[in-house]
Amino acid sequence: MLLRTAWRRVAAAVRVAPGPKSVAPTRGLRLRAVDLFPQSAVPSDTATAPQAESMLRPLYMDVQATTPLDPRVLDAMLPYLVNYYGNPHSRTHAYGWESEAAMEHARQQVASLIGADPREIIFTSGATESNNIAIKELEAAIQPDTSLVSVMTVNNEIGVKQPIAEIGRICSSRKVYFHTDAAQAVGKIPLDVNDMKIDLMSISGHKIYGPKGVGAIYIRRRPRVRVEALQSGGGQERGMRSGTVPTPLVVGLGAACEVAQQEMEYDHKWISKLAERLTQKIMKSLPDVVMNGDPEHHYPGCINLSFAYVEGESLLMALKDVALSSGSACTSASLEPSYVLRAIGTDEDLAHSSIRFGIGRFTTEEEVDYTVEKCIHHVKRLREMSPLWEMVQDGIDLKSIKWTQH
Amino acid sequence: MAAAGGSRLRRAASALLLRSPRLPARELSAPARLYHKKVVDHYENPRNVGSLDKTSKNVGTGLVGAPACGDVMKLQIQVDEKGKIVDARFKTFGCGSAIASSSLATEWVKGKTVEEALTIKNTDIAKELCLPPVKLHCSMLAEDAIRAALADYRLKQEPKKGEAEKQ
Repeated sequence: MLLRTAWRRVAAAVRVAPGPKSVAPTRGLRLRAVDLFPQSAVPSDTATAPQAESMLRPLYMDVQATTPLDPRVLDAMLPYLVNYYGNPHSRTHAYGWESEAAMEHARQQVASLIGADPREIIFTSGATESNNIAIKELEAAIQPDTSLVSVMTVNNEIGVKQPIAEIGRICSSRKVYFHTDAAQAVGKIPLDVNDMKIDLMSISGHKIYGPKGVGAIYIRRRPRVRVEALQSGGGQERGMRSGTVPTPLVVGLGAACEVAQQEMEYDHKWISKLAERLTQKIMKSLPDVVMNGDPEHHYPGCINLSFAYVEGESLLMALKDVALSSGSACTSASLEPSYVLRAIGTDEDLAHSSIRFGIGRFTTEEEVDYTVEKCIHHVKRLREMSPLWEMVQDGIDLKSIKWTQH
Repeated sequence: MAAAGGSRLRRAASALLLRSPRLPARELSAPARLYHKKVVDHYENPRNVGSLDKTSKNVGTGLVGAPACGDVMKLQIQVDEKGKIVDARFKTFGCGSAIASSSLATEWVKGKTVEEALTIKNTDIAKELCLPPVKLHCSMLAEDAIRAALADYRLKQEPKKGEAEKQ
C-alpha cells in the first residue's frame, strides 16, 4: 500500500515537459524526404522503385481525419513502450504499480482538460467505442419518456460549433441525458462538463495529437449516470469497460490532453490566423466560392469550401501533393454526397464541389500558401474544362436546363 | 533549456519517423492511389478540351449527366461531307475518371465515321483506363455522350435532306 502510493508520487513527477508557452516550435515547409535505404527485413519491390523519382510526401491538410503525434506525447509514451511495461492491473509488484500510477496520472490529465473528476473518466479504444457505450444503455432506458440527446460538439466536416451550453441547460431542466461526441473539440475549444451540464462525453486520442487506438468516455457521477458495459471480462475500469488498459496509449492520451491544455490558446490564435489567410486568399482570387457552415459559430481549423462548377474529386486528384478530403460523392464509397452538406441545405451540385481544408497545430504558413496557390491554379484549370462554367459565362441559368439524368 | 531540449527531442522524433520503412511517396496522396496513371495523364496532358461552334451544321453536340449527380459531359464532333469525324472536343464536370473517360472518347471518335463511332462501348473505355468497378458509370456516361453527339449531328442533317427532296 505504502509502496503503491510512493510509486504514484514518482509517476506524478514524471511529467510532460511543459516548455515555455510563448516560444513557437520551429515550423517549416513539411515536405519530408522518404528514406532511400530500405530498412525492412523483407525485401519488397519498393526497394527497386526508382529512387531518382521525386520522393516527397504530400503536405498534410486533413487533421479532421487524424493528427500526427505531438513529439512531446511520444516522449511521454516511449518509457512505457520500452521499460515500464507492466500490466496496470497487477497488484503484486512494482511493474504493475508503476503502470497503474501512470494510468491514474493520465486519467487526471484528461479530467482536468474538461473540468471533470478523474473518477468520471473511463478509458476506451476510441470515441467510437465511447459513443456506443453512451448510447446503448440510455436507449434502453426504463421510463418511456426518458430520452437521450446526443450532439457533436464540433462537426468534423464543416467545423460548426454546436451551442453545447444551451443544449446542456435545456436537457438538465427537462431531466434528459446529454451526450456529446467531443472528438474534434477536446483540447481545441474550452470545455467544462459542469458549466455545460454534460452527462456523457466521448474523447478520441488521435484527433488531439495523441496515439491511435485510445480514447475515453466521461460519465457523470453526480447525479449518477448509469451505463451498460459493451464488453464484459475482468471488470476493469469500474466494470464499465473490461480489458487491460493499454498503459502506453493512455499515457499518450493523458500527455496529449495536458499539452492541449497548455497550448489551446496559442493553437487557436495560430490556426485562426492561418485559416483567415487561406480563406481570404482563395476568396480574393476565385469567384463563386462558398464556405459551408455558419461563419460565426465555427471552429477555424476546419474549412469546408465549395468551388462551383468544379467537381471535388477532380480537384483532389489535381492537388495530388496535398492530403485533403472532399464532401463529394465520388470520394465516398456509396457515391452519395456528404449527408452533412445535404442537411444544411447545400445545393447538390455544390455538395459535389466541396473540399475540406484541415489546419492544425503543426501546419505552417508555407504549407497554407502552397496549398492556396495550387488550389487557385487547378480550380481555374478545371473551370476551363467545365461545361457548367462555360454555360454560366455565356449567361445561361443552369437551373433552367433539363438535364438528361437525375 | 526546456525549449532547446524540446526541439532536440522533436528533431529526434522526426528522425525516428523518417527512418521507418514506408510506402513510396507517390502512393501516399489518396486520389493517386485510387487513380490509374492513365487517368491522371488525361488530366495533366489534356487532349481535345474545348468547344466547337455549336451552331454549325457539321457539329454535333451531346450534353449528358446532371450537376446534382456530380457528372456532366459535353462532347462535340465535327463531321466532314463524307461522314467522317474530323475533330472532337469535350468539357466535363466530374471526377478524374469522368474527365479521362470523356477525353478518351474524343480521341477514339476522331477519324471514325459516324457509323463506326456508334460501336464504341463503355466497356472498352473502362478497360483502357483500368477503371475500378465503382467508376464504371463514368465510362457509361462517356458512351452516352458520344451517342448524344451523333444523334444531334443526325438531327441537324435531317431537315437538309428533307429540303433537298422537296426541291
